[in-house]
Amino acid sequence: MTDWQDRLFDVLKANRIRQVAFVPDAGHARLIERAESDPDLRAVVLTTEEEGVALVCGAWLGGERAVLLMQSSGVGNCVNMFSLLSNCRFPFLALITMRGEWAEFNPWQVPMAKATPVVLESMGITVFRVTEAKDVVDTVQSAAELAFGSDQAVAVLLSQRLIGRKTWISEK
Amino acid sequence: MDKREVSKDDGLDRRVVVARLMAECADALVVAGLGSAGYDLFAAGDRSLNFYLWGAMGGAAAIGLGLALAQPQRPVLVLTGDGEQLMGIGALATIGVQQPRNLTVVVLDNAHFGETGMQRSHTAMGVSLVGVAAACGFDWTVDIDEESAIAPLATRLEAMQGCGLARIRVRAEEVPRALPPRDGVFLKTRFRAALGFPTI
Repeated sequence: MTDWQDRLFDVLKANRIRQVAFVPDAGHARLIERAESDPDLRAVVLTTEEEGVALVCGAWLGGERAVLLMQSSGVGNCVNMFSLLSNCRFPFLALITMRGEWAEFNPWQVPMAKATPVVLESMGITVFRVTEAKDVVDTVQSAAELAFGSDQAVAVLLSQRLIGRKTWISEK
Repeated sequence: MDKREVSKDDGLDRRVVVARLMAECADALVVAGLGSAGYDLFAAGDRSLNFYLWGAMGGAAAIGLGLALAQPQRPVLVLTGDGEQLMGIGALATIGVQQPRNLTVVVLDNAHFGETGMQRSHTAMGVSLVGVAAACGFDWTVDIDEESAIAPLATRLEAMQGCGLARIRVRAEEVPRALPPRDGVFLKTRFRAALGFPTI
């Protein structure tokens, strides 16, 4: 999994992202680790994802590009804050790892997984989905160009199939 | 159950306080939380480097954080009310971790939700936002209930020597509305243009 995550990090760097806001997810672990160890980036750990929506808007007001990393359950925490994006036409790039779909063990993840694309689109956010590793770089690059080139709000959903099964019980 | 009784008549005049603060902070980039804080800021004199919120409740401090990290050479002021900051209370922890030296959060605390009928807020019932900010690792905090403390607050804000939170006790009173522009695209674009950034 770290291979496409490293390439994803390179895409963010190439697009001059300077602030990386996140609520952690295992699927973003490598990206967060790289962001935290890069002196040109500011990694910002959040208490809730809606802070990240506000933070990336503040970064843009100050002339910097930022990205928000979260998992699908976090989308529900953001809904009212998303109104900033359409009201002010802020560029917005979110990378969202999906839970609650492919081979999910935890039923509590499922409702928000089903709601995630619907909620995003209902708030005016364009949704791209990646299901295969070979498409990650191109999709995120395209999302970044659309967001920062056209002042659009764009979310890239990284499918659970791409991230892989979570091991709940280790075999002995 | 009240730990502390707060009279609506206690506190400073919010318009006087904000006018005095802004007169001393000509350089600051300012984000105003929705409701009365935005009206106070607008009444003190509109400027391109004011960003007024009309919604996104709880977002002012986090916007200020993103702005402060992007503009480390400029003082950033988040001017908001107790209700707005209570909704964004987690952002105080996030700011405490980042410690931007140029960010100051000023809470105009009337201990009530002024926009919705003056219901009492948590700060009327014992919650201290100064205490929360201190516990979150802010470099400095100050509780203000005298006008003479406003000029020193402005000096501290402009010095950019650490992230701070000031709570200013203001009266819970209705003051005449002074309504800032509510076109978000306009507010964003003129703010960025004033900093020299291109629009789309």
